[in-house]
Amino acid sequence: MSEIVLQVENLHTSFFTRGGEVKAVDGVSFFVRESETFGIVGESGCGKSVTALSIMRLLQEPGGRITGGKIIMEGTDLVPLSKKKMRAYRGRMISMILQDPMSSLNPVYTVGNQIGESIRLHQALPDNMVEPAIIESLRLLKIPTPETMLGNYPFQLSGGMRQRVVGAIAMSCRPRLLIADEPTTALDATIQAQYIALFEDIQKKTNVAIIFITHDFGVVAKMCHRVGVMYAGKIVETAPTREIFKAPQHPYTSALINSVPRLDRKDERLFSIEGQPPSLLNLPPGCRFAPRCTVARDTCRQQEPPEVNVGNEHTVSCWRVK
Amino acid sequence: MTTLGEVRAKPAKRISGLSRGARIVRSLTFFVPMVIMLGLVFITLFAPLIAPYDPIEQHMLERRLPPSFFEGGTTKYILGTDHLGRDILSRMIYGGRVSLSVSLLAIMITAGIGTVMGIASGYIGGRTDGFLMRLTDIAMSFPGLLIAMLLSVGVGPGFWTVVFALSILGWAGYSRMIRGEALRLRNSDFVMQARVNGVSNIGIMFKHIFPNVVNTLIIIMTLQIGMMILAESALSYLGIGIPAPTPSWGSMVSDGRNDLDRAWWISTFPGIAIGLVVLSGNFLGDWIRDKTDPRLRRL
Repeated sequence: MSEIVLQVENLHTSFFTRGGEVKAVDGVSFFVRESETFGIVGESGCGKSVTALSIMRLLQEPGGRITGGKIIMEGTDLVPLSKKKMRAYRGRMISMILQDPMSSLNPVYTVGNQIGESIRLHQALPDNMVEPAIIESLRLLKIPTPETMLGNYPFQLSGGMRQRVVGAIAMSCRPRLLIADEPTTALDATIQAQYIALFEDIQKKTNVAIIFITHDFGVVAKMCHRVGVMYAGKIVETAPTREIFKAPQHPYTSALINSVPRLDRKDERLFSIEGQPPSLLNLPPGCRFAPRCTVARDTCRQQEPPEVNVGNEHTVSCWRVK
Repeated sequence: MTTLGEVRAKPAKRISGLSRGARIVRSLTFFVPMVIMLGLVFITLFAPLIAPYDPIEQHMLERRLPPSFFEGGTTKYILGTDHLGRDILSRMIYGGRVSLSVSLLAIMITAGIGTVMGIASGYIGGRTDGFLMRLTDIAMSFPGLLIAMLLSVGVGPGFWTVVFALSILGWAGYSRMIRGEALRLRNSDFVMQARVNGVSNIGIMFKHIFPNVVNTLIIIMTLQIGMMILAESALSYLGIGIPAPTPSWGSMVSDGRNDLDRAWWISTFPGIAIGLVVLSGNFLGDWIRDKTDPRLRRL
């Protein structure tokens, strides 16, 4: 088994608003290994992006704060790190691709300039080595004619190309961990497939660990080695991808998988989960999914279920699982 | 009720409706001010070479001579002479030098202060923003010319006093506008991306916010040229600008005040110069604004 790159232990992140404390991430634990892609799946507002921002330590101050837990990257806990030390991690050790990569490029700088910014910031390279490094990262993202691409401005590029340039920035310092926050959402299906293949290729070449945040189980199936299913600030089930599709243990997981449209099942109405996720300001006392769960019992509504290990790196928090 | 057809027809009509004449007039509003401004810059740069006389040289025997194209005028003094027999054309050429250098310096100072404050205010936000914006409010609520007058009187007249007096409140307009831009840019994806890449806050303000507000900055600066020249002239007219005998358009207008009935040209020509340059500055500013960022038309 390869080395664990990032280990998140019992992470709590809250936003302090006028209405009270919003526990956006409430005790999340998971890990990612080298050359592994870990997917975080869940509905909008379940805390996926907040988890990512917590790892980057980029929550909007003063509203959002990590209130507990550890984020261990190769032996160092990132939570107590000073701002300056944390800055050295960002871009160098951990990179992130934002939700809308189309607009993540600064319109006033050329592509070469923007990739170069990261390289100059984190690597003490002599000036004549910067350009080869930029070209190399463009090559890694399979951008044709990287030499001419250097001088282009973002507005001269197509959406797909911009996406790759953002990827090249993220990979420019060969980070150990790459967080991708729904990078495929804004792409059409063909480009999406290409992009996923590209990431697999990059991972093979660089052994980077990837945390892939998405709400699309279809993408998870194609791309991730292991998955964590998030609901209302908690990870309710973690398992290798193959296993989660074969034998989902949590009712929410199976409901999510059932809501994915499939070509091999015709003439059926698409499954949907009744109700809405609970307000994070006013959580139900027991299992968070209980109000929407079709198989909930009295215990579910009164007590939070413990996390149970059901073998082979498969954990689940549900009273029905023994 | 407007029908769909009418709504559709409107924009098409506007594009084709712009006649040849209208288009020429439109391009003139750029061309003429540009020529005037460039002319002013050229004249001020080469004043000693162009001016026929020393601007403070007095010809006591040839006082209040009318311009050459009027009865009694001589070609010796194209725009006539003032009450001390000084050549008005030469004085205007040198006076333009003063007006332009004072206003350009004041614009650079105010733009510098305003940009730093605006970016800091918009990007940092919170208490910094509150403090800097209240400061801006205060600066905006003071009558600028009055403060400038108080200062000139208090510190004593001089080139730098005028520059300082014009700069002391002028930054407020910049900081307010730039703050708005910075506020918008702070939440943009590329700033977030820069943060993700580990760029420091200072680095983000310099490298990512500033280049994106330069457009706005240039527009305000151009629009300010006219205002600054006017303010400088006003101070000089009131006798608290650049001290005599250094010529300045404002003080020249003031010099001719007593002779308006017999020697109208002493005040009129510098007055026309002020008017033309201010108008050119405003037209040029409008033109640049419309070309680069039509959203700012409400400015």
